[in-house]
Amino acid sequence: MDALVAQLQMQFRDYTISLYQQGFLDDQFTELKKLQDDGSPDFVAEVLSLFFEDCVKLIGNMARALDQTGTVDFSQVGASVHQLKGSSSSVGAKRVKGLCVTFKEYCEAKNYEGCVRCLQQVDIEYKALKTKLQDMFNLEKQIIQAGGRVPQVDIN
Amino acid sequence: MEKGFTPVGLRVLVVDDDPTWLKILEKMLKKCSYEVTTCGLAREALRLLRERKDGYDIVISDVNMPDMDGFKLLEHVGLELDLPVIMMSVDGETSRVMKGVQHGACDYLLKPIRMKELKIIWQHVLRKKLQEVKDIEGSCCYEGGADWIIRNDEAHFLGGGEDVSFGKRRKDFDFEKKLLQDESDPSSSKKARVVWSFELHQKFVNAVNQIGCDHKAGPKKILDLMNVPWLTRENVASHLQKYRLYLSRLEKGKELKCYSGGAKNIDSPPKDADLNSGHQSPGKSSYAFSVGSSLLHKATETDPKPLASASVSDPNSDVHMPPKAKKTRIGFDPPLSSTAFDSLLPWNDVPDPLESKPPILYENNFLQPSQSSYVSNSAPSLMEEEMKLSYETPAGGTCVNADEFLKSPTVTLQDLDLSAPSAISCMKLQEFSSNVTNSTESILRSLSWEFPESHHSGSLDTDLDFSWLQGEHFLANTGLQNFQFQDYSSSTSLLSELPPHLWFGNERLPDPDEYSLLVDQGLFIS
Repeated sequence: MDALVAQLQMQFRDYTISLYQQGFLDDQFTELKKLQDDGSPDFVAEVLSLFFEDCVKLIGNMARALDQTGTVDFSQVGASVHQLKGSSSSVGAKRVKGLCVTFKEYCEAKNYEGCVRCLQQVDIEYKALKTKLQDMFNLEKQIIQAGGRVPQVDIN
Repeated sequence: MEKGFTPVGLRVLVVDDDPTWLKILEKMLKKCSYEVTTCGLAREALRLLRERKDGYDIVISDVNMPDMDGFKLLEHVGLELDLPVIMMSVDGETSRVMKGVQHGACDYLLKPIRMKELKIIWQHVLRKKLQEVKDIEGSCCYEGGADWIIRNDEAHFLGGGEDVSFGKRRKDFDFEKKLLQDESDPSSSKKARVVWSFELHQKFVNAVNQIGCDHKAGPKKILDLMNVPWLTRENVASHLQKYRLYLSRLEKGKELKCYSGGAKNIDSPPKDADLNSGHQSPGKSSYAFSVGSSLLHKATETDPKPLASASVSDPNSDVHMPPKAKKTRIGFDPPLSSTAFDSLLPWNDVPDPLESKPPILYENNFLQPSQSSYVSNSAPSLMEEEMKLSYETPAGGTCVNADEFLKSPTVTLQDLDLSAPSAISCMKLQEFSSNVTNSTESILRSLSWEFPESHHSGSLDTDLDFSWLQGEHFLANTGLQNFQFQDYSSSTSLLSELPPHLWFGNERLPDPDEYSLLVDQGLFIS
């Protein structure tokens, strides 16, 4: 049993570190984990739920705004991008946030193609992140089920 | 006197339309041992604040909110309730930060916000309280009142004059108790907040006019003339102070308008610091004093000594003129767009009617020439003066001589106060942003991972539904299983064709006008 736990813990550690290294997450995510405590054991999961809901909503707004037959209201798109930027900064969704920066620039430049491209990318990015995080949480679950504790991963 | 305050129990109101941030901030603030109330809408926040005046110690608000501009909320809170407000945003652009400061924010935090930044927000509350005490203290000076000394972390009141009611608000709050223990005034009582309604302000203005600029328009005289039984001298004194700030801000605004070539004929007594019913306003109270004070205050700039010295040295001074609240000091010298000022007159809830008016109109509304002017003819034309505004607060404050007060606006704005954490993190964030952008580009270029189709086995729409966490597959040894819980196939097609009907109606569309207003009014000081 211990061997399994140790193995899972190592996987978890490696996986988590890879997420940071690949730029999916930044230190805000670390901070988020620090906030989780015995009083709120699902804190991170709850926050992430809110974030992903927000993504869906905001991306919807952006798509709608970009789909105006006639003139596109770029400021409207920009407003949603700004919100997404804020949201992504809350969970440490580094890539999503970075994309928002680019996206915002396209909005300001009123570059339609650029905006549509960014929209597609943002959609891809947040889904990818979601997947990665799901995997990470599943690892945690396995560790616990195997009787172990989820290790604190130190990202230097 | 006890040493060391505890910020425990500080009552914080957090306003943010981002549910993720709201949740995180709540958690963080609770970890700081604060008492937290959260709110997702600005109007709701105002309602809460008004319902329980004195119910909160500090407000933290995001800048971008759908129902109301964060800056507006800031103004309302600052004016009506006189609470310290901290702004937050993911946007750290200098102009935005500047705007926050001008609207009276006592700090501007950049998201993501760190625990350490929240741990010290109590200092703003403390600072403000000290300031208030000082204000009241100052107004007592005229009657040879009390003086006080602040030592380190103590506030120690020494005996003195009449009317020494320091307006303590009795709350069960350790922090405040320790701070405001008033040893010398056994009769201190709860000071009700005076709401300066339009009518009340009119009386005030009329009284001031009556007294004219030649005599000392002191709070006592004004109070007598106003003949409002329940009003105290302190009330008048602090209102007078605000009023002066407001006037000088107007002066500055006008002056700058001239300089910026914006034109108008501000000939007749330009600084017609006008006190009268020229103030349109649909009858509400307050002014954007916080702005005035943030821009013009210099009290502590050139007078680094403890506040005590200022108040002690001139017993004749009527109203001490420190700023309402300490703001991050900034150094700048250029002409500011006058529209910044225009937008700052908040006649309460009524959406600022002035905001959309051109400066000229604004001017005429508020500064009617040839009223019995608070500024005597001897007041030199501000246009001729240097552009710098300074707040002349000679130790002890000036006596209430309006023309003197309004005469030489030279704000000696000193160096950027880099000790403010927000300023620093602002710069850091700028760096970060540019780094991220670069790496994003490369990431996108090298984007080559697979993106599997989704299986719809749960809905993400339920609140805090953790189904997204539970995969159908558990991770085997090393393989990554990719799975999704929501049907995004529709979104794929959407993205290519963007048919609107596929999208749900839960949108939150910011008012485009509001948004562009935000952008337009951003000041950029280079």
